[in-house]
Amino acid sequence: MVETKYIDDVLTAKIYGEIDHHRAQSIRTKIDAQTQMHKPKELQLDFSNVSFMDSSGIGLIMGRYRQVSLLGGSLKVVNVPQGLKKIIMLSGIDSLGVLK
Amino acid sequence: MNVLNEVNINFLSKSSNEGFARSAVSAFVLCLDPTISELADIKTAVSEAVTNCIVHAYPDTHGTIYINIKITEQNKIIIKIRDKGVGIEDVKQAIQPLFTTSNDERAGLGFAVMQSFMDSIKVRSKTGVGTTVIMEKTIIRTGYDKR
Ligand SMILES: Nc1ncnc2c1ncn2[C@@H]1O[C@H](COP(=O)(O)OP(=O)(O)O)[C@@H](O)[C@H]1O
Ligand SMILES: [Mg+2]
Repeated sequence: MVETKYIDDVLTAKIYGEIDHHRAQSIRTKIDAQTQMHKPKELQLDFSNVSFMDSSGIGLIMGRYRQVSLLGGSLKVVNVPQGLKKIIMLSGIDSLGVLK
Repeated sequence: MNVLNEVNINFLSKSSNEGFARSAVSAFVLCLDPTISELADIKTAVSEAVTNCIVHAYPDTHGTIYINIKITEQNKIIIKIRDKGVGIEDVKQAIQPLFTTSNDERAGLGFAVMQSFMDSIKVRSKTGVGTTVIMEKTIIRTGYDKR
């Protein structure tokens, strides 16, 4: 579901599979525990292996943005597959400057 | 309206059924040979409507979610998703992008997604009675014609 690694102040969370309201809960718990532990300068959410997401995925991104910002870090969302661009663009989160 | 095929799916409003619901709808409409992106649009819209039943309609209980899908002539898919939950007081307000009554990391974008991913959406609701969302999408055949 989520694989995390912490190297050089960057915490990377690679998410696997589908992100819906059900699955977002455990993904969030895992990422937040690691974020609290490492207090990274940057949190990277790697979407390369996400096969589906609905607006719960947007909630997940926004929530992690708030979480890491509170700890003084920044958020990056990387490797968004072509098929997810439509919902990402609709959400307006690109205006936060988190997309890479 | 000439109905060519129809299916009803009823299930309990458990969050673990969100994946089941969108896969079931997707399996049923596959016979129309939709493109990958048309199929993704439908799955996403269904996921939004079903999640709303689970999160908002039945907040503290498990109720039944009723899905009815019809395929009519000209490759039109009509998906009706209904609950007998708390209902929506002000539908006009509820469908506004970013509006949410929940503070549990909901983005308030469910209706916006349904609107932009489907051709049309209608919402009927009554407090204490429940909510019905009807969405339509016509599959534009870019692939081969099976008939
Ligand atoms: N089936 C439903 N039953 C009761 N209320 C609903 C239902 N669907 C949507 N709502 C209301 O409409 C609001 C907006 O829904 P939506 O756009 O999906 O955003 P979100 O689910 O993120 O809150 C919800 O916060 C809720 O108040
Ligand atoms: Mg919703």
